[in-house]
Parts: sequence; C-alpha cells; structure tokens
Amino acid sequence: MAAFEPVLTRNVGHPEALTLQGYKRGGGYEGLRQALAMQADEIIEAVKASGLRGRGGAGFSAGLKWSFIPKGGDKPKYLVCNADESEPGTFKDRLLMEHDPHQLIEGCAICCWAVGAATCYIYIRGEYTKAAEILERALEEAYRGGILGGSVLGSKFKLDMWVHRGAGAYICGEETGMLESLEGKRGQPRVKPPFPALVGAFGAPTVINNVETLCNVPHIVTRGADWFKSIGTNEKNTGPKLYAVSGHVERPGTYELPIGIPFRELLDVAGGMHRGGRLKAYIPGGASAPILTAEHIDLPMDFDSLAKAGSMLGSAAVIVLDDETCMVRSVARLAKFFNHESCGQCTPCREGTNWMELLLDRLEHGDGREQDAALLLSICKNVAGNSLCALGDAAVGPVKSLVERFPDEIEQHVRDRGCPFPRRRWFQDAA
Amino acid sequence: MSEPQARPAPPRLSAAARAELDAIRRRFPTTEAALIPALHIAQREWGGWLPEEAIEAVAVELELPAATVYGVVSFYDLFHQRPVGRHRIRVCTNLSCQLRGADEVLELLRQELGVGEDEVTPDGRCSYVHFECLGSCDTAPMMMVDDQYHENLTPLRVRRIVKDLA
Ligand SMILES: Cc1cc2nc3c(=O)[nH]c(=O)nc-3n(C[C@H](O)[C@H](O)[C@H](O)COP(=O)(O)O)c2cc1C
Ligand code: SF4
Ligand code: FES
Repeated sequence: MAAFEPVLTRNVGHPEALTLQGYKRGGGYEGLRQALAMQADEIIEAVKASGLRGRGGAGFSAGLKWSFIPKGGDKPKYLVCNADESEPGTFKDRLLMEHDPHQLIEGCAICCWAVGAATCYIYIRGEYTKAAEILERALEEAYRGGILGGSVLGSKFKLDMWVHRGAGAYICGEETGMLESLEGKRGQPRVKPPFPALVGAFGAPTVINNVETLCNVPHIVTRGADWFKSIGTNEKNTGPKLYAVSGHVERPGTYELPIGIPFRELLDVAGGMHRGGRLKAYIPGGASAPILTAEHIDLPMDFDSLAKAGSMLGSAAVIVLDDETCMVRSVARLAKFFNHESCGQCTPCREGTNWMELLLDRLEHGDGREQDAALLLSICKNVAGNSLCALGDAAVGPVKSLVERFPDEIEQHVRDRGCPFPRRRWFQDAA
Repeated sequence: MSEPQARPAPPRLSAAARAELDAIRRRFPTTEAALIPALHIAQREWGGWLPEEAIEAVAVELELPAATVYGVVSFYDLFHQRPVGRHRIRVCTNLSCQLRGADEVLELLRQELGVGEDEVTPDGRCSYVHFECLGSCDTAPMMMVDDQYHENLTPLRVRRIVKDLA
C-alpha cells in the first residue's frame, strides 16, 4: 500500500495548530473563506458530490442531510455537532478535538453557512473535560479573531458556537436523545418522524453530524469533491477514514487511511497481533457491530462491504480479539453495557437487554442451560426492529453473532458448567 | 428542631456560580436548556455530589419544579446523589480494557483501598467505581481520577497513583 498522506490528522503531533495563528499558518480557515464566497447550495452540492457519508455510525450522506433543511422560513436553524463519542471501542473524535480543535470549528462553521444556521452547539460527552477545555480555548480565540460572532471573517454572516457538556449517558449519542439532553431533559430518544431536519433542537430545523464528518468538510471545499472521491473503495465509500484500533494488537491507536482498507492491512498497520497471538475475531465498528471472525480477514473496511458481510462500519472502532479470549465473557460485557445504557422507554429493549446480560452472565459463571442459545436468539428476534431507536438493534448485534458464529463456545460453557478458558492474568502474562 | 422562625434561608449557588450560569443561559432559547450546565456547576460547588439542597438551589435558580431536576439528575451517570470521596476513581471495564487487564486493576483498587465499589474510604479520601468505555481504549487499561485520564496502567502505576492522592 502506498503511503497515505493524512488529511484529518495532519495536525496531530503539531501543537502549534492548537492556536488560531498556527492553524491559519497551515492553511486553516481557507475553506471557510472560500465557502463564504460560494452560494449555500453550491456547498451542499459539493458535499453531496464528494460522497461524504456520516462517520458517527449510520453512514448517511452528509450533503443530502443538509439539503433537507428548509430554505428561508422564520425559524432559527441549528447545527448540533455530535461529540458524545461513547460507543465502546471508539476514541477517534477525542483525538480530533484534542489535537485540532479549529479544524472542527471550521467544519461546523461551513455547515452552518450552508444550511443557514446561526447557532452551533458542540455536544461533548461529560467525561471529555480535556477536549472540552481545548475546544473552549479555541472557540474563544476564534471569537477574538473574527471567525465567530457578529461578522464571520468580515462577512454579514453571524455565527455563535458553544461547547455543551453532557453528563454521562451513551443514549445521548443517539441524535434525538442528544436533542432532548441539549434541551435540559432526560436523554430519551424521540419518535421519528418528524426528523430533526424539520423539528430538531427547540422545535427548529437542525442538522446533527459527527465530529469526524464535519472535520472532512473544510478539505472538500478547498480540494474539491473529485479529490475526495479519488480516495476510497468505490463511488459510495469515499474519503479518508479514522480507524480506532484496540484490543489484542501490538500498537493500538487511531489510524487514518483511505476508507475501505482491508482488515488484514489495518491489522498490519496496527503492528499485527499482540505478542504474535492468533486472530480469533474482530468487531469492525464498535460494540454495536456484529462480530466477524478470522475468516473475514480480507474484507474491505467500508460501509457496504461490511454490511454485506452482516456487520457494519459503524464508528470504525475496531476491537481485535485473540484466540485465548472467551467470546461468551466478551459479549457478556457488551450486553452489560447495553443493559446499563438502555433508556428504558421501550419494553423490548429494556427487558431484552436485561435478559441478554443475565443469560450470558449465567453461562459464563456455570449456570448455563442447554436451551440458552435458542433463548438468546429468541430474545434477539423480539428486540430487533421493535424499539424506538437503534440501541435495541445495536444490543442484538454482538449477541446474535455470538450465537451464530461461536455456537461451540456456548455449548462448551454449558457442558463444562462454566468458562473453559483459563483466566488470564494480563499483567503477569505481559510482564 | 421546629422553631417557627428558625427556617433557614433557601440554599443558593454562590454569586460567582450564578454569574457563570447567567452567561450560559444566554446561549439557549429556553431556560431549561441550562439545567445540565447548572447541575455541573452545583455539583462542583457542593463538593462532587448533589445533596437535596443543591438540587433545590438549581430548581430555584432556573424556576423549575424540583421533581424535574431530580428526574434529570437520576438519568445521568456523572451526577451523584450520594456523597463521594474527595477523589473519584472510574475504572473502565468495557471490552477493550477488559481484554487488557481492567478487571485486575479493579481488584487491585479493592485491595489497596480496602473498600468495595462506590464506598468511600474511612478517611474520606476516595471512592472508586467501574465505568463504561471512556474513549481511551488504545491506552487500555485506563482509569479516570477526577478529571484526569491515567492510561496504560500497570499494577505499579495504580499503586503509585492511589498513594499520591491527597
Ligand atoms: C445508541 C446510539 C448511540 C450513538 N452514539 C453516537 C455517538 O456517540 N457519536 C455519533 O457521532 N453518533 C452516534 N450515534 C449516531 C447518531 O444517532 C447520528 O446518526 C449521527 O450523529 C449523525 O451524524 P453523521 O451523519 O455525521 O454520522 C449513535 C446512535 C445510536 C442509536
Ligand atoms: S430502543 Fe432502548 S434506548 Fe432506544 S428509546 Fe427504546 S428503550 Fe430507549
Ligand atoms: S473500553 Fe476502556 S476506554 Fe474504551
């Protein structure tokens, strides 16, 4: 693979980019300047043409989403940047915010200009205090430097931008849960339709985009849709992508690569398996993504290839598991997460996530029954598609793939009355 | 206890906190939207948790029913309705950290501090809990002490961090 010139992470390791002056010196805010000279529609068309798809999980076309915002009208419009990043395995947005806050501010500003929003809230998870402080400092500088406020870069465009801290709830990453939370309520997802593009924050048209999605925008403006499309697997999967790799690899970390790099190459970039272990399974897109096995090692890591293989790119949080890992124990931990994070509004999700945790825990601790695999599948069937937001389906992903792809491990847990894997002592083993 | 004139003045946020909150309120078209920021401020003022009087103070400040404020407080993991230690330790035990020794970190804390999860040490110094993914999976295992991330933990580092807590 030819070396890939980083786009989104080019300022990582260059602390001068944290200041307005340093960011500008590297060509920063040139995208915003050019955007202000363009018609709003032209920008939306360029983003559409680039093929940029949402990096928060669902992979929806960013340009198309922006085009749903009604033109004119007397209601204010909002951009809410989704910086909640709570999907287990995901840590890429934190990197973007801590190392290049102005890139995000610039992306948000261009989006606001394109959709006619005068206010942007960056909703950041409450635990990210460092990133929030860095962003706040950058925002202050941007206000002082005439990037934000009453006259953006000397134009007639007015824009306010604020950091808004969440308070610890994964469900606030779901876009309508986020809107509720922004409005000061419990973060319980709303019934859709109406979609946020028409009735979003404070009842007004609202765009919600992920941090990484918005960070791509300045580059699309300055380098063009064709440049963006030249990166990636095909027309539908374009642009640079951050992969957050964790688990049993030698060099866990965030890697920026063309979208669609095969998993085998990504694993290589991350230093290969930890201590030469053998690959048993990987989760390609965060805790919500169905688990893949070593058999899927050559899959391109893009939206459509992973969907075709029955999983998803999601947030591109890649969790790698070696063959000494117990799959039941691993999935039990994810089930515990979903049970804890279910907001409880829908019965199938609230009850189903509870049962999944209970059954998997029971299996792991020696109380598994012959019929548990079937029972788990039937719970999955009752939860999938029967809940208000996508958390229900997300919870099903890992559990269903465990039952379907690792039936032997479940059986063995039942037969052995407990976990057949020796309990690992990580620190002794790693010493 | 129930002297008629001895009714204490309703609890209030400090003047500095109210000024901070006033600036934040101007960012939103509704008052209610300032509730979560207000609770963060109140929790800071009341030493890391939200006793009844802190919740009342926020309710008064934003002219919201106390029940509404309670409903929000109970929804979010970062708001506490019980006293916490001077330092609050959150150990991530989600999958990426579990794969790299998080359970051993949790066990070590139990030994070093001699209390169970979410209990405060007798000297009031700290409390610890297991937590969901904190977005630092590439530096697993990790934990958060107050607002600070501690990454790539080893038993030695955990012991040292705990020892250094004032
Ligand atoms: C339970 C749940 C949690 C989510 N968490 C996040 C998150 O932390 N960050 C994020 O960007 N999107 C998250 N999403 C996706 C958002 O709902 C939404 O699709 C996304 O923010 C849209 O931005 P994008 O089109 O730029 O990806 C989550 C979705 C669900 C169902
Ligand atoms: S699916 Fe689950 S998390 Fe989503 S609204 Fe229903 S109960 Fe809440
Ligand atoms: S799983 Fe521990 S920080 Fe993500």
